[in-house]
Amino acid sequence: MDKLLEIKDLQVTFKTYAATVQAVRGVNLTVNKRETLAIVGESGSGKSVTSKAIMGLIPNPPGKITGGEILFEGTDLTKLSERKMQKYRGNEISMIFQDPMTSLNPTMTIGKQIAEGLRKHQGLSKSEARKRAVQLLDLVGIPNPQVRVKQYPHEFSGGMRQRVVIAIALACNPKLLIADEPTTALDVTIQAQILDLMKDLQAKMDTAIILITHDLGVVANMAHRVAVMYGGKIVETGTVDEIFYRPKHPYTWGLLSSMPKLHTRQSELLAIPGTPPDLANPPKGCPFAARCPHAMKVCTEFMPDYSDVSDTQQVACWLQDERAPKVEPPETIGVGGRTR
Amino acid sequence: MTTQKNERQKYVEVNNLKKHFKVGRNAYLRAVDDVSFYIYKGETFGLVGESGCGKSTTGRTIIRLYDATAGEVLIDGVNVHAKKSRAELKDLNKKVQMIFQDPYASLNPRMTVKDIIAEGIDVHNIAKSKKERDERVYHLLETVGLNREHANRYPHEFSGGQRQRIGIARALAVDPEFIICDEPISALDVSIQAQVVNLLEKLQKERGLTYLFIAHDLSMVKHISDRVGVMYLGKMTEVAESDELYDNPLHPYTQALLSAIPVPDPDYERTRERIILEGDVPSPVNPPSGCRFRTRCPFATEVCAQVTPRWTEQRKDHWVACHLYDDEYKGNFNR
Ligand SMILES: Nc1ncnc2c1ncn2[C@@H]1O[C@H](COP(=O)(O)OP(=O)(O)OP(=O)(O)O)[C@@H](O)[C@H]1O
Ligand SMILES: Nc1ncnc2c1ncn2[C@@H]1O[C@H](COP(=O)(O)OP(=O)(O)OP(=O)(O)O)[C@@H](O)[C@H]1O
Ligand SMILES: [Mg+2]
Ligand SMILES: [Mg+2]
Repeated sequence: MDKLLEIKDLQVTFKTYAATVQAVRGVNLTVNKRETLAIVGESGSGKSVTSKAIMGLIPNPPGKITGGEILFEGTDLTKLSERKMQKYRGNEISMIFQDPMTSLNPTMTIGKQIAEGLRKHQGLSKSEARKRAVQLLDLVGIPNPQVRVKQYPHEFSGGMRQRVVIAIALACNPKLLIADEPTTALDVTIQAQILDLMKDLQAKMDTAIILITHDLGVVANMAHRVAVMYGGKIVETGTVDEIFYRPKHPYTWGLLSSMPKLHTRQSELLAIPGTPPDLANPPKGCPFAARCPHAMKVCTEFMPDYSDVSDTQQVACWLQDERAPKVEPPETIGVGGRTR
Repeated sequence: MTTQKNERQKYVEVNNLKKHFKVGRNAYLRAVDDVSFYIYKGETFGLVGESGCGKSTTGRTIIRLYDATAGEVLIDGVNVHAKKSRAELKDLNKKVQMIFQDPYASLNPRMTVKDIIAEGIDVHNIAKSKKERDERVYHLLETVGLNREHANRYPHEFSGGQRQRIGIARALAVDPEFIICDEPISALDVSIQAQVVNLLEKLQKERGLTYLFIAHDLSMVKHISDRVGVMYLGKMTEVAESDELYDNPLHPYTQALLSAIPVPDPDYERTRERIILEGDVPSPVNPPSGCRFRTRCPFATEVCAQVTPRWTEQRKDHWVACHLYDDEYKGNFNR
């Protein structure tokens, strides 16, 4: 396996008026060339902050990378000057942001916004860039691209704006594409098109993809490997099959149990009771302990180390300790609407 | 059963609603083009469809964020788009709340979370003291899965999903009767989605709330909705009770939509078959004649280009606009 990106013990904090928020607390991740790594997990667990750190886009102040390394083809991105970082951003590494409205400039036409990166990174002339912008809009399935390039973001629906954002990200054929909820705003037929498009692009250009999504159906469809985040940490990683069919962390169990099952009627969905930890005041031990049905004394006191379940699956959970009681995953993990 | 249904009160009635945006000198974008449906009191009506088909515009026009181009909307018998006194408008604003699709654009960045949530409480004088106001805000924060420590922070300090929950807390703050939920949960992780959906359902049971639930996640729409409407390019194409629609989709667009739902099962995803829709989504400025779906429909014939499909009841309470099922045109589809 060829490592493209390796994150080691990444820590990111935000100083706010009230407190210091420890958004990312020691994240380790690898992304290999040509693979899709999905990051799933609690809302607020640090998925977007991790990806913004890779892009060098943590606003400072209030944000700061307080520790760790982000190695991209061996270069530590956290050590680069802003000028050097600009060579990577939007060119080698490209990102589709979660919020399509804020990632588009409301006062600039769609065409100009797509052309901007092409002119900057690929040195295209104005008219070449304009032509390519129309092609890219067409590629992401926007009808009437010749007309649409001249319009402004507010004239597009939520889903169409997201397709524009995708067009911008694809413009320079990046080596790593970070897609933060790229299809959340899209209907399933267009979602299917966009996912196919991303897979196509990946095959053609050997792009690696970090896919952040809450839609576990999309994960099952796209990912080779999955990382599960909770409370600023990665609690479990594994191949897509390991995470869906042989998950080990109680949070992963809870996540898989919460999905509505398409083929069975449920009176109520199974939510994980309780609220996520406040990262301004993170717990000492395992961040999930307060909500975990299997929590033991040790869990609230000490953060568990990662243990190897297989060559490809790691989990940070005290249940893996040989002294812990044997706990079976709940039957409510209904994969694909079938209960296993 | 049927008599009971007939007695149910229609809380929202949308009749031949149109919303056209001017986009050029003589060009109009027909975002919503002659849409009719109703929502019973205490029911959840799910609205799904292609992105850009007019779901948000329908929601926004229902609560008069946009003026209607034509047609009418009745909420609890009140004609929303008729002239209104200030008091009537205020009353409407309290009864009807909206949870917006875009949690970034819909929260004022200069206000603290507490003040954002309490805005409605203040406008409608719901709290009797500062203490009661604070308590209400804390309670709302906890209801949506945040905690009271978050009250004094600003929106930009929150993740996407956390901001969406602030929007939900704000909508709940004034005890509304009808909530338009425009993709209220798509930014949340599945566990919090489940929490929020359970919460919306609990509030509905306790307070008899009525919901219009717009979403792309069809398994969630199926779970939460009593009835579901499917839109395509500004038109309603099919309406049925939720289980019925998922078990017996009639319109070819609905069939394609349901076949595209990603299933959280890697083995299944590796081998699944989808109905792939050919062609592009046509422009709502120049929509196709006849049936708007015909340019991408695997069954389309000439009649689909010539005649706009009628709204017909094919099974009990199951309505569809498609010539395939219309006695008068069915024959055109024989080989
Ligand atoms: N500019 C900021 N100032 C202060 N805190 C921040 C800021 N940006 C993010 N945070 C905090 O960092 C944590 C991680 O946020 P992040 O956006 O990475 O979450 P996420 O996992 O992407 O969640 P979601 O699934 O909801 O998008 C959150 O607790 C959030 O409140
Ligand atoms: N203010 C506006 N001015 C001009 N056109 C608009 C405006 N708002 C929406 N539109 C257009 O109206 C159509 C319907 O948009 P709408 O936002 O209602 O779609 P939607 O079904 O909610 O889509 P999505 O699922 O992507 O949110 C789109 O073609 C959009 O470009
Ligand atoms: Mg995020
Ligand atoms: Mg919308």
